[in-house]
Amino acid sequence: MWRAGTVVALHDETATARTITLEVPDWPGHVAGQHVDVRLTAPDGYSAVRSYSIASAPNSERRVALTVEQLPNGEVSPYLTQELAVGDRLELRGPIGGWFVWRAQQTEPIQLIAGGSGIVPLMAMIRSRASTGSAAPFRLLYSVREPGAVFYRDDLQTLSDRDNNVSLTFAYTRVAPQDWPRPPGRIDAALIADATWPSNLAPTCFVCGPTSFVEAATELLIASAHGRDKIRTERFGPTGDRK
Amino acid sequence: MSSHTYDYLDGNAAAGELSAIFAMDVTIAEAQCAHCGAIKRFAEAHLYMQAPGVVARCAVCEHVLLRLVNARQRAFLDLGGMTCLILDPSQLQESGQ
Repeated sequence: MWRAGTVVALHDETATARTITLEVPDWPGHVAGQHVDVRLTAPDGYSAVRSYSIASAPNSERRVALTVEQLPNGEVSPYLTQELAVGDRLELRGPIGGWFVWRAQQTEPIQLIAGGSGIVPLMAMIRSRASTGSAAPFRLLYSVREPGAVFYRDDLQTLSDRDNNVSLTFAYTRVAPQDWPRPPGRIDAALIADATWPSNLAPTCFVCGPTSFVEAATELLIASAHGRDKIRTERFGPTGDRK
Repeated sequence: MSSHTYDYLDGNAAAGELSAIFAMDVTIAEAQCAHCGAIKRFAEAHLYMQAPGVVARCAVCEHVLLRLVNARQRAFLDLGGMTCLILDPSQLQESGQ
């Protein structure tokens, strides 16, 4: 079932990623971690559908925020990140997916691991934790190319500054800020040991990012004795237009 | 390891396509592979979307579980790779769909 949403706000997260806030009058509410399918239809009837994770916490205003990263040669993302304007309408299907979700009833420690734009559904979880007053301890390990590619920097900082139970670790893969303690590089066993919950606390782990990143992070978690059944993953392909 | 290790998505990425057909969220159901017998959440299946349609494979043995192709204004759905789909209505209602 497709619903119509109207763009009510646009916000650039980075040079190539934009958050699109939509008002959807018949929105049934969502759970943090879910996604939507967006359908664009050209005047000649050609249509393209892409999936984007929801970045916003569940709310009563029937608003949904999506963060879209522009992909080179993408068919849909350049339109969404550059041409879409406030007042435009989009067709949405969703909310979708009941597996990669965090609900406020969950009280166990939560380990979030994001690669690049894989932060989007994890941000919805962090925001949902704050808006519901949950005390579940959260850790986020956010691997990103360079400081300028970080999404939601201010919001993340605010949410972790005001709550000792939300901790953030940034890991830069290509360029790190000056004096950063760890040289740029991919996540590895030492970083997993330093920045994530130990397996004896039995955290639920949510890993989202490009397929190769999710593979690597999942293998590192399993090597650190996390149970496979405690790890939930959401991959997006390098060639797709997803997220 | 199979040669497709880095090509696939998770079964949850098919939730939108499947929601056009099923009333409940199939991705949180458990599916039994007709080839190896493993029972796993459909969300954990390996999903290939590069084909002209969607192909889900068993995360344990890579046998095809499901194929879905939309063509000629018809949806062609092959569920032959699953012996059984196990649905928990109480969980399915919570999924927000």
